Parts: sequence; structure tokens; C-alpha cells
Amino acid sequence: MTLSTRLAAALAVGLATVVAAGETSAQVKLGAVLSVTGPASFLGDPEKRTLEMYVDEINAKGGINGQKLQLVVYDDSADANAARTFATRLIEEDKVAAMVGGTTTGATMAMMPLFEEAQIPLISLAGAIQIVEPVRKWVFKTPHTDKMACEKIFGDLKQRGLTTVALISGTDAFGKSMRDQCVAVAPKAGITIAHEESYGPRDSDMTPQLTNIKGKAGVQAVINPGFGQGPAIVTRNYRQLGITLPLYQSHGVASKQFIDLAGAAADGVRLPAAALLVADKLPDSDPQKPVVVGYTRTYQQKTGQPVSTFGGHAYDGLMIFAEAAKRAGSFDKAKVRDEIEKTKNFIGTGGVVNMSPTDHLGLDLSAFRMLEIKGGDWTLVQ
Amino acid sequence: MRALTEHRLAGVLAMAAIIAVLPLFFPSAYYYRVAALVFVFALAAVGLNLLMGLAGQVSLGHAGFMGIGAYAVAIGPTHLGVPSWLSFVIGAALAALTAFVVGRPILRLKGHYLAVATLGFGLLLAIVFTNEARWTGGPDGMSVPRLLVFGLPVRGADTWYWITAAGFLIGAALANNLIDSPTGRALAAIHDSEVAARVLGVDAARKKLAVFVISAVYASAAGSLFALLNGHITPDVSGFLRSIELVAMVVLGGMGSVAGSLVGAALLVVLPQTLTALHDYEHMVLGLVVMAVMIFLRAGIVPTLAGALAARRA
Amino acid sequence: MSEFLQFAFSGLTVGAVYALVALGFTLIYNASDVINFAQGEFVMLGGMTTVFLALAGVPLPAAACLAIVLTVIVGLALYRFAIAPAQGAGAVALIIITIGASIFLRGAAQVVFDKRFHSLPPWFGSEPLRVAGAAILPQSLVVLAGAVVVVVLLWAFIERTLVGKAIVATAANALAARLVGIDTGRVVGLSFAISAAIGALAGILITPITLTSYDVGTLLALKGFAAAMLGGIGSAVGAVAGGLLLGLLEAFAAGYLSSQYKDAVAFLVILLVLFAMPRGLFGRASIERV
Repeated sequence: MTLSTRLAAALAVGLATVVAAGETSAQVKLGAVLSVTGPASFLGDPEKRTLEMYVDEINAKGGINGQKLQLVVYDDSADANAARTFATRLIEEDKVAAMVGGTTTGATMAMMPLFEEAQIPLISLAGAIQIVEPVRKWVFKTPHTDKMACEKIFGDLKQRGLTTVALISGTDAFGKSMRDQCVAVAPKAGITIAHEESYGPRDSDMTPQLTNIKGKAGVQAVINPGFGQGPAIVTRNYRQLGITLPLYQSHGVASKQFIDLAGAAADGVRLPAAALLVADKLPDSDPQKPVVVGYTRTYQQKTGQPVSTFGGHAYDGLMIFAEAAKRAGSFDKAKVRDEIEKTKNFIGTGGVVNMSPTDHLGLDLSAFRMLEIKGGDWTLVQ
Repeated sequence: MRALTEHRLAGVLAMAAIIAVLPLFFPSAYYYRVAALVFVFALAAVGLNLLMGLAGQVSLGHAGFMGIGAYAVAIGPTHLGVPSWLSFVIGAALAALTAFVVGRPILRLKGHYLAVATLGFGLLLAIVFTNEARWTGGPDGMSVPRLLVFGLPVRGADTWYWITAAGFLIGAALANNLIDSPTGRALAAIHDSEVAARVLGVDAARKKLAVFVISAVYASAAGSLFALLNGHITPDVSGFLRSIELVAMVVLGGMGSVAGSLVGAALLVVLPQTLTALHDYEHMVLGLVVMAVMIFLRAGIVPTLAGALAARRA
Repeated sequence: MSEFLQFAFSGLTVGAVYALVALGFTLIYNASDVINFAQGEFVMLGGMTTVFLALAGVPLPAAACLAIVLTVIVGLALYRFAIAPAQGAGAVALIIITIGASIFLRGAAQVVFDKRFHSLPPWFGSEPLRVAGAAILPQSLVVLAGAVVVVVLLWAFIERTLVGKAIVATAANALAARLVGIDTGRVVGLSFAISAAIGALAGILITPITLTSYDVGTLLALKGFAAAMLGGIGSAVGAVAGGLLLGLLEAFAAGYLSSQYKDAVAFLVILLVLFAMPRGLFGRASIERV
């Protein structure tokens, strides 16, 4: 075959693939635009695996309202532009009934207007409070807000009699957003932020920043908003420099992997996290226990990896949608949306969810537990 | 007939004809959107092509100028009350000014040193966009108010298709004009051998700076359209990966070829969409395609194919 | 004083990482004028392969050696299947090929390994050494020592062996080298192999400090490339100097100026240095043929 014929054939195959991908089928489609690769893969990968395994489980039990679910996952690599393109594709080509996704806030903010305009429910898996404040009719979210994380940490600080803190945050969206919330909430909580430093999410050494914090007089505790590997390195550097002040991490580290990577340095570190991380240590009377133990077992069995709260948020999103669809008795988008908004006493991995027309998150501060790392494992702080 | 095909605008008219007819094949708004993105990146690529293909200066930070244009149409209406179209113009002017100021010292460097300097420049801009959250919304970005034409908001993927297509065609026509002009010939001479060109009386420094500024304006215009089209902008519009993407579009499509910029942009925008079916193997295949195109179509897609056609005709 | 020292230690630690990556860039560039953007991926492969072999039960030293061997094979394959067929393509085309290769290797790493972060145990324990009130990790000294050893070995190889001379000859004038019987294809392939080995070694040495994952390559390649140019591409001493300088700039900028803008400050300084010294710190003045 000549060169130009080969190219023409390749082009034809390419176009055919695109067209074929858009064929509608009798199944109900659930869309998911996740950051499976790229800087947020720490969040997106567990989310994808969770959605896949639980959609399979739902289908194995006969589906919802007698129909099987088809999960359509696109990877936006944490690029808001790609997310928006995939959102258009989900709405126009795949004609999804709803979407559980938007790993990062940037991607969610880029996609939200499309779902609002198309009137399709969107359950976001991103952290920032702007997603649900102001409340948008078709947009919901399952992860705790970063504002709640700050409030939880500040509450614990007050209990320990500490009021002056230093912040060291990642310059990624997660770290920055939580840092902004902590700064906003601090005065009301009676906390003074004496010093701030930041680091790039892929940086390998934070000792200069921590040295500056160590040298600042009056600091009683340090908070590290961030996710991924950064907090593990911060924690190690913290101990290397011999800083003994209490260190608080954020819910962005929420996986056993953090403890493995930070090693012995992680002892004594506290963080707000969902009950999912301490599933086996919950008292039997805790309403979340069955759900989190079940999810932990399934996830670890199917992937061989430790459970993470990010996957848990995806689980919550999927189940909230599934139960709303069951209550609505159909996949009519408006009916499902109404039912999602009426979610009451839904027990998820993140907490007990009670949504309302003015609250599209449905979690309160009690959904966060304060954990402390002791001897290489999570423990509940009473 | 010959006069028609050899006319300076023949290529642009041919592309315009294809663009006018293409929507007949679009089943949904998704295709309009992908096409609009192709045109936006093609516009930036045309500008970069003038710099790299015509004048032979490598820039690894060009997405920085896209960022200037993008944030101009975001910040202007949101923080300063300046209407979108005026912000578009101001963004282009800012990009031109930045290119002028930074270009003088940077263009004295050669080869890989020039590449690293432009890389650093692009990174600097990206860092500023990420950190100055009060203006830019930080890493999560900010929303871009809709473009208002005669008071009516521009919406709809098909409307944007026509707007971005028009933008690209205008840019392409102007680029073709430049290539065929004395300045264009001077730049080609500089590309071939800067010393020889200078010996012949070409003011190399001034010409290089001029094309640097022009390419910056192209990128800024593309960035503004990109921001308006998406309604939301994040700092990775000006990131390192975006810059590399632009360079790849230019090189894959064919350096020095305006049509090549369109083909390169189409390849790198459409290919990831078609590869989603491969899930985990998406990136591997993307990397293989990039390598294969570069190995087998060494001069870029359009020049190699044009050369093959010409050889057959001869 | 102890603050200054602490910043310096941090800078040297990070700088040694950049130096090793920059050495890889320089070696390949010297032999073939190719800027290999997949160099970062060699570092990633060294670290990740060692981690996964160790997880599979292979004892650590053997896993490390095996990782280096595997990375060398990848480097040779990169040369044989991507660079060699593109003989005669322009410099920019070759850069795009190596970029395509880095995308491919990252994509392959996602599938073969996983997307999580991993670490390796430090060679001499994780207790930092205290010097004048500042703390430095033993592993940082290992990385620095590694950089020195690599430079010395490279120097010995280039100056004292015939093969090394062949590399210099190929770099000086490929046609003339071929005319005197040097197999330039083999020489360039060898430079890729050595660069891959250096990259893999760097990955193994730095992982106990920086952690590793499938996409560490991108940022390292960027910084390593900038460091190589800062020091003057083509000079091994320049690569090390450039790497250390870049690391120190970042650390001092983070410590004394603004941690938010530390990367910006570092790159600004690189720009200023290049404006003043267009060939980098130790770069050779190149003679342009008209």
C-alpha cells in the first residue's frame, strides 16, 4: 500500500472509532470524567476502580429499575479543557443519564455549566466549597469540603489549648483551596496564622520552608494542606529537622500509603478523615461501620491496594445516584435529580448524608473523624 | 486555472471551502466543539510556525502568550469591567509588548539556549498565573464571562465553530501574506544562514523580534478565543505541557506550512478523542503515533505528502 | 548560620538530583546533538523497576542492578527504533521524537507498574547527620557522591579508553569519524546506553529522598535540561555545576524570598545568566560554519 493510502486508511479507522464510540445502546449510561492520569491520578485512579467494580456489582444483581448500567469513563488528566470536551461528549454523544465525576475542582467548574444547561444531574467528586456554594440546581457533591477540614482541625487545636499555627501548603488546587478556607475561617475559630509557606506538588525537599517555620517564634502547631506525595515528604522533613510541634495533615493524604511513605515520621500526626480509614476500629454501634468495612474489604480484595477515601467518595456518589434512581422508578433526569436532593440518612463512606434544596453536600462536621497515626496505623482520637 | 491554484490565497480558500462543508457531517455539538478547539490551536500553531518554521527560532514557552490572551478576557470583564472584545485587543497588545520586551535579549541566544530561555519564560508566566489567585483565581482557575455581541451572549458549540474558523482563516491568510512578503523572505534567509543574511543587509535582530511579536499576538488571540469558548480558564493553559503540544503540532504538521499547522492541530486534538477507546493504553499509542509520524514523515505531514504528490506528478 | 547551612544542604540534595539528570542530557548531546527528553523517564524506570522487583521478592541490590540493565535495554531500544531511523531529520524533529518516546514510556509505566507513589529504603538509615545545627540526610551524601563518581568515571572513560575517544571523535565530526573507521551508529547507541544507565542509577539513588511514581520523569527532565543548559550543554562539569546551582537557587529562594515563587526565581536567574553568558557557564563557544 502506498503511503497516502495507508494514511487515508488510518484516518478512516480513526473516524470510524469516534463514530462507533457514540452509538447509543439500550443500556442506561452513567458518565464519569475522572483524572485517572496526570497530577491528580492519586485521586482519580481509585475513583475509577471503585466506579467500575461497583457498577459491575450493581449489574450482577440485576441493575437498577430492571436496566443494566453502562459506565462511560473518560480521563481528563486534570486538564479542565479536556474535561469540558469530554463532558460535551458525554452529553451529546453518549447521552448519559447522569454523571459521577469531576475529580478536580477546576474540571468540575469547567463542566458544571454544560450539565446545568443540559439539565443532567452531576455528582462531583471534587473538594472545594464553591461547587455547592452557591447551590446549583443540578450539581451535587460527595467529598467533605476543605472548609470542614479546617474547622475540624481548628476545633481539635482549641481542645488542646493551641491557638497559633503555621501553614505549609501545596500550590496545587487542593492545597491552595484548603489554605484559603483555613485563612478565612481562622479568625472566627480564634486561631492565629503566624506564618505561611508553600511548596510545589512535585517538589522533593521542603526543608527550607520548614526551617523558616521552625525559626518563627510562637508557633504552636503546623498544618499541611496538600495531597499526594508532598505531605509525605513534608512529614519526613519535619522529623529530620527535629521539629516536635504537633503536625496536622489534611484529608488529602487519606490513604494508608501516606503512612507507608512517611514511615516512622508519621507517628503523632493528626488529620481529619472519613471513618473509612479506621473501618475496623469503629465501635460496632457506629452506623457507618457496615458500609465502610464492606467497601474496604471489596476494594482491597479486588485491587490489592489499600483503600482511599477518594475511592470512597466515588462509591458514595454512585450509590446516591443508584438509590435516587430506584426511588424515582425511572432514569428521567428531572425525577432522579429531585430524588438525589431528597437523599436522607444515606450512610456512605464519607458520613451520613442528608441533602436538601439548600444543601447539595449533605454532610456536617461529625462526618469527619479526627485521627492520629500511632505505630504505623490510624487510631481514632476520642 | 494555474493562476487560480497558484494564487497566494488558494490554500486558504481551499481550507475555507472544506471548513464550510464539514458541518454537514457533524451529528452533534460534540463535533463542533472538537473542531472549534482544532481551529483555536491551529491559530496558535500558525503563529508559532512563523517563528519556528519560517524564522527557525525554537520556542518552548509559547503557551505563556496563550495564557496572557486567555486571562485578559477573563480578568478584564470580571475584575476591571472591560468588555470582552476590548479585553481581547488589550490581551493581544499586552502579549505583543511582553514579546517585545523579552524578545530582545532572548533572541540573541541560539539553538538549545534559546529553547531553554523560552522554556523559562513560559514557566515564569505559568507560575504567576497560578500564584496570583486574587486576580487569576489560582490553580482552580476562574470563569470567563460570555462574549457579548450587540448585548447578546454568544453561546452554542456551532456558533463557536464559525467564530474560531473565521479566526483561523484570517490568521492563515495573514500568515501566507507574510511568508510571501519581503519580510518573509528575509526571515527565510535568516533561517538558512543568519550570517549570510546579515551580510546581505538584512537586519536580523529586528526581523526576528518582529516575527516573535507577531507569533505572540497569534498565540494571545488563540488564547482569548480558547477562554471564551470554554467559559473557564485554568493556569495550565500556559503550562509547559501546552507549550510542548504547540511545538509538536507545528513540527508534526510541517514547519513552514500553514496548512500543516491545521493538520498538526487536528492530529493532536482529535487523536486523544479517538484513543479513549483504548483506555489504559491511550498514552502509549499516542506516543507511538507521534514518533511514527516524525520518523516516516520527517518534514512533517503536509510537506512530505505534498512532496510525494509533486514527485509523482513530475 | 544554621539556617543558611540548612538551605545549602537542601539545595545540594536537590541539586545533585538535577546534576545526575543533566549529565545524561549532556552525554547524549555530546555524541549526537540530540536533546533526549526521555532522559527523565530513564530516571523513573530506574526507581520504579527497582521498587517493583523488590516487591516481587528480588533482594534489593540485585533488583537495583537488574533495573539498571533493563533501563539500558530501553535506552538502546529508543536509539535503535526511534532515533536511528530518523537519521537526517532536523534537531527539532528529533526533539519531538524523544518527546513522543517519553509519552510512550510514561504510558507503558502506567500499565506495567501503577499510578501510586513508592519509596526505597535509604542506604545508611534515615537518621539525619547534624552539622552546625543543620540536618543532612546520609542519602543526600550518597547522591552527591554518586554524581561525583559518575563524573570521574565518565572522564576516565572519555579520556582513557579508545571507545571514549571514539565518542569524542563522533561528536566533533561524524563524517570524519566514519572515514577513520569509527562505527558512529554504535557510538551513538552506546551514548544512549550510558545515559540510560546514569539515569537509572540516579533514580535508584534519589528515590529514598524524593519518592518515585510513573510520572516523576517530566519535571526532572525539565529541570535537568535547564540545568544542563545553564552549565553549558556539552560539558560534564557544566552539567554538575548547573544542577547544583539550580538546586541551590531553588532552596535559597524558598528560604529567603518566597516559597511560592522559588521556581520562578530560579528560572529568572537562569535567564539572566544566559543573557550574560549565551553559552552557559562552561559551554564551549561553538563555531558556526557559514
